[in-house]
Amino acid sequence: MPRTTIYEAQTIRLQILMPDGSVDRSLMPTVDDGQILALYRGMATMRAVDEKALKLQRQGRMGTWAPLRGQEAAQAGVAHALEPEDWIVPAFREMGVLIMRGVPIHHIMTYWVGDSRGAVHPDFPRILPTAVPVGSQLLHGAGIGMAMELRDEPHAAVAFAGDGASSEGDFHEALNFAAVFKARTVFVIQNNQWAISVPFSKQTVVSSIAQKAHAYGLPGIQVDGNDVFAVYVAVKEALEQARAGRGPSLIEAFTYRMGDHTTADDASRYRTKEEVESWEAKSPIARLRLFMTAQGLWDQAQEENLRTEVEGLIEEEVRLMESRAPLEPGSMFQHMYADLPWNLKEQMESLQAEVAS
Amino acid sequence: MSAHATTTTPQVEKLTIAQAVKAALRQEMQRDERVIILGEDVGKDGGVFRATEGLLDEFGERRVMDTPLAESGIVGTSVGLALAGFRPVVEIQFTGFVYPALNQLLAHVARFRHRTFGRMHLPMVVRMPYGGGIHAPEHHSESYESIFLNTPGLKVAVPSNPYDAKGLLAAAIRDEDPVIFMEPKLIYRAFRQDVPAEPYTVEFGTARVAKEGANLTLIAYGAMVRVAMDAAEVLQKDGVSAEVLDLRTLNPLDKDAVIGSARKTGRVVIVHEAPRTAGFGAELSALIMEHALLELLAPVQRVAGFDVTFPLPKIEGHYMPSAARVVRAARAALEF
Repeated sequence: MPRTTIYEAQTIRLQILMPDGSVDRSLMPTVDDGQILALYRGMATMRAVDEKALKLQRQGRMGTWAPLRGQEAAQAGVAHALEPEDWIVPAFREMGVLIMRGVPIHHIMTYWVGDSRGAVHPDFPRILPTAVPVGSQLLHGAGIGMAMELRDEPHAAVAFAGDGASSEGDFHEALNFAAVFKARTVFVIQNNQWAISVPFSKQTVVSSIAQKAHAYGLPGIQVDGNDVFAVYVAVKEALEQARAGRGPSLIEAFTYRMGDHTTADDASRYRTKEEVESWEAKSPIARLRLFMTAQGLWDQAQEENLRTEVEGLIEEEVRLMESRAPLEPGSMFQHMYADLPWNLKEQMESLQAEVAS
Repeated sequence: MSAHATTTTPQVEKLTIAQAVKAALRQEMQRDERVIILGEDVGKDGGVFRATEGLLDEFGERRVMDTPLAESGIVGTSVGLALAGFRPVVEIQFTGFVYPALNQLLAHVARFRHRTFGRMHLPMVVRMPYGGGIHAPEHHSESYESIFLNTPGLKVAVPSNPYDAKGLLAAAIRDEDPVIFMEPKLIYRAFRQDVPAEPYTVEFGTARVAKEGANLTLIAYGAMVRVAMDAAEVLQKDGVSAEVLDLRTLNPLDKDAVIGSARKTGRVVIVHEAPRTAGFGAELSALIMEHALLELLAPVQRVAGFDVTFPLPKIEGHYMPSAARVVRAARAALEF
């Protein structure tokens, strides 16, 4: 028996917008000035929300927050490619996607102060709640994509995870199920280089997450995750394939978590200031601003106006979040089942008596 | 009991439990096109216990899906399918194989309604054959209902006969909340029973008095109901009138039936094959103590599996609760 090659593959990396603000014209998507401004505005809003949440946390007005600083392009590019009927399956750092899809900021913050009324928004029935068990949500994204395929609905699911999740079994099961059942799912892995304190080099010995797609028979691509145009182009193409029933895709957005894992973490314990600074030079927001300025789309006055406007918006959103009527303790019993069984009724009444006394 | 049949033509079939499961699946799939089946070998093979036999031919591979061999994947994708409007009925081949899916079951399936403040919920059923006594290889004989009973948000049903298997499974599939449906594989084909050919449901949370009695209550579920019935027969010969209560669903639990019978007879023996410590018997015993202490004439007895890894076939017979063991526990209660 001769030795024959049974499989060969290559993995592509896509970059369009360079850190200096220049672009590869041949790869630029057709986006008009309004879209570019919307992307920038979205990213600036994410950054401002993130900074505000960290301040609130230090003041004791916010629960544990998972900062998204540095990942704004990876999230804005995806959000911009989505249509209202597409499904969003977040992990736990995708507040930026939700903000860009129009979920009210006060609602998102409500969840992060520890109030489950903020977990999902009634006007966005296709946005799933935050998923903390790492990687587990990817299977939900695969299942929703299977449902879209089974009913031949021209919509897709985008399921998010991070680099750490690529080591979980559910990541591999999700890619495999999605491929086998031709799920209308796009998996977006934000490789932000750190799973709390464990660097990407310790998650896997291969050089990208994108190449893992080959093992399951779906297309995989790595994009510069700090390049909003590259993210947008890759996700848009993948979504079009998925919505048309041509199968799932894996997109690795190669980015960097500029902040701590959460407000309960201290990243200076495990990574150097130099490393963080080197990524500051690749900032997703700064490079889009450089591009827009060079295009004559943006100037300092507009920048200052936007900052003032966004700050005002966020102050109002915080006010709305904090003025919400407190959550009734008894509510913990109410949504366990469609009906309240006798044991929960007993326990609820006992808690209510305790609270009243 | 509130089992009810909507019979226009009074017609019955003699079915085993496995056949009754299949009948419920088939009728519910005919009734509601959102009902789909996922699992390992559920398609062409009809399931290793043949509980889905013929369904692939009738409903096609878009509704009866042979999945890759990955339990977390099966349950996790079913979460997505349920969120997107399907009503998945998952088959886990054996309860001992469910562990890879526990993260999905405990972290998501049980919690989705609560964590979304009631805005999303998962109408899905996870069927799994459970229990020992069939001389199966390792990991094929477990009874781990306690895991699911200690997980708020799930319902747990355990039928003991073909009539209940069909009616409870139909009710489970129509339920808006996730149901763990544990099928007693020891008695999958042990006996046949007249089962209405028409669809019907058995309401969750309604225990069945399998035998009326006055001196003692035997509480059981699943395969152990037969063991309790055998024990009751032995006791009857000694002039002891034992009541046998078949719980049918463990969550929701028919509390009134349990407490009512305990108050009536004053003596209770609980039978299950799951390990004794932190088994459901402990919960039942505490419940009876809380509500019927002054009517009790003896401590509540538990006849349960031992707190050991389920033994391989050579000695598994010594593990399984037997009628003789139940009779001994009953005598201890009677002679207390």
